[in-house]
Amino acid sequence: MSAEFVLGHYNYWIVVVLMMVGLYTVMSRGNLIKKLVGLNIFQTSVFLLYISIGKVKGATAPIEAAGEGVLYSNPLPHVLILTAIVVGVATMAVGLAIIVRIREAYGTIEEDEILAIDHKLEFGEGVNA
Amino acid sequence: MLAQISLHFPALQVVLPLIASPICMVLRRERAAWGVALVVSWASFLIAAHLLIQVLDEGVISYHMGGWPPPWGIEYRIDALNAFVLLLVSGIGALVITYAHKSVIAEISPDNRCRFYALFLLSLAGLLGVTITGDAFNVFVFLEIASLSTYVMVALGAGHDKRALSSSISYLIAGTIGATFFIIGVGLLYMATGTLNMMDLAARIADLGDSRTLRAAFAFIVVGIGLKLAIFPLHLWLPNAYTYAPSVVTSFVAATSTKVAVYVLMRFVFTVFGTRFEFQGLTLTYLFLPLALLGMFVPSIVAVFQENAKRMLAYSSIAQIGYMLLGISFATVAGLSAATIHLFNHGLMKGTLFMVLGAVAYRLRSTDIASMAGLASLMPWTMAAFVGGGLSLIGVPLTVGFISKWFLIQAALESGQWWIAALVVISSLIAAVYVWRVVEVAYLQPAPADSQATEAPLSMLIPIWVLVLANFYFGIHASLTTNMATRAAEMLLGAGT
Repeated sequence: MSAEFVLGHYNYWIVVVLMMVGLYTVMSRGNLIKKLVGLNIFQTSVFLLYISIGKVKGATAPIEAAGEGVLYSNPLPHVLILTAIVVGVATMAVGLAIIVRIREAYGTIEEDEILAIDHKLEFGEGVNA
Repeated sequence: MLAQISLHFPALQVVLPLIASPICMVLRRERAAWGVALVVSWASFLIAAHLLIQVLDEGVISYHMGGWPPPWGIEYRIDALNAFVLLLVSGIGALVITYAHKSVIAEISPDNRCRFYALFLLSLAGLLGVTITGDAFNVFVFLEIASLSTYVMVALGAGHDKRALSSSISYLIAGTIGATFFIIGVGLLYMATGTLNMMDLAARIADLGDSRTLRAAFAFIVVGIGLKLAIFPLHLWLPNAYTYAPSVVTSFVAATSTKVAVYVLMRFVFTVFGTRFEFQGLTLTYLFLPLALLGMFVPSIVAVFQENAKRMLAYSSIAQIGYMLLGISFATVAGLSAATIHLFNHGLMKGTLFMVLGAVAYRLRSTDIASMAGLASLMPWTMAAFVGGGLSLIGVPLTVGFISKWFLIQAALESGQWWIAALVVISSLIAAVYVWRVVEVAYLQPAPADSQATEAPLSMLIPIWVLVLANFYFGIHASLTTNMATRAAEMLLGAGT
């Protein structure tokens, strides 16, 4: 792996790092809001991946009036990712709404405390978690 | 006029429930919303039946969304396999919504009832969309429409038990990770091929041969769908979501959503990547086969020790996914037809069983096995339906379950692995153990003297018994489903060569 290869693909490295940061946050954090933020970072990394795919070096925006022989970026991945952004926003909204309800019902948004309450509901007070 | 409209049935299949969903939201009267959902679900079922007949008579239907020809536009492509899955999803949807009215009143708070019907239709539209589309990115969009509405439907169980909320959020997190993995995979495919149409992808991947990008795409797609379909070690979201969701939701989701995910898996692994993609064969043998075998046993054994009948059946669902995965892992016509048959049959049996538990919950306000003591004398028709569905789940002759197991065992023997055939039989015996636990409590134990439970209302019993009879009908006239499944399997394997 030459330095040129590493630097030339810097956008993909950013994608990989963001992806891992997001996924790690989802798995390691107990706070539901933090988990959801991690999930959002994970999704955002995919947006960047798609946008990178469509970009052509030195190319302009794909507008018809620009004339013949002009190099265009591929607009399709950019349009696709608009849809994925909408899905991401919807997921975030539903997730936050559920977390609000969890806060009302459980009085906490820490996963381990919620699990402890669930465990008590399942097996009664006498059994240790 | 009708001929004109029938040309657009592929689009209407998805658009109809999608448009009806906000209408339910706007209607403030719960009966009216139910009426809309009922009419639309049955209309979807009729459209699916029409499409299936058309596919059988005339072969593959290719519908161009907005008149843009593929591979540029979005293509809806209906062949033997997805016409069959469409029929299952819309059929279960129609029966569940017929059954839903009383159960919804009992389990969902008045404010949320209209919203429930809206969500139900949205989820139906999403599942039908995933099944019907021939465009890889479109699959993702519909998958998320279906999943997002399901997360909320699971959370609606919170009126009864607050644990529905915590199971909904874990389902949301697992489902979103799965969907995101899936679009990473689709993105990598697009990077390598420059197309999103499945048939076009298949042709180009066959030309490209093996590459690291394609392998990564394959891995991301398989893991992503694996999360959605709860392949054995990725199943952790499933038991709680099924247990605490309202009964109607569990009946619908258990019978359809994982089945649609199995369909997507088959579509991508066989149609898009094809058998010539070497990495696929390795994955099937070294990943799917062991996971399928583990999946057949571990969740089955866990199911035996559950106190709650709904949770028991949820674990059983994970085990049944193991059977489908086993069929897929053989990558032969016999194996894939076994997987397709079981996909359909499992929809029928789990639909029946969860609807029975919904009727039990309607009378008893509980689905604990212990609370069902002596229920057979109080609710004889309901419990008889449970026995019917249970026999089918075990795989007793004359039921659809037997047909599934028979084909699976034949596929195992055909590939020369008799020990797998033996394992299928042994794991079916475990199913007999957990079904028997409920039957024993309901039939052999005396009912508590103060029990007020009476037979479930007819509006619930009729859809349940339609499904029970379907379990036996397709078990006796097996040629109907097996012909379809064999055709679908030949098509899946033929596309790659």
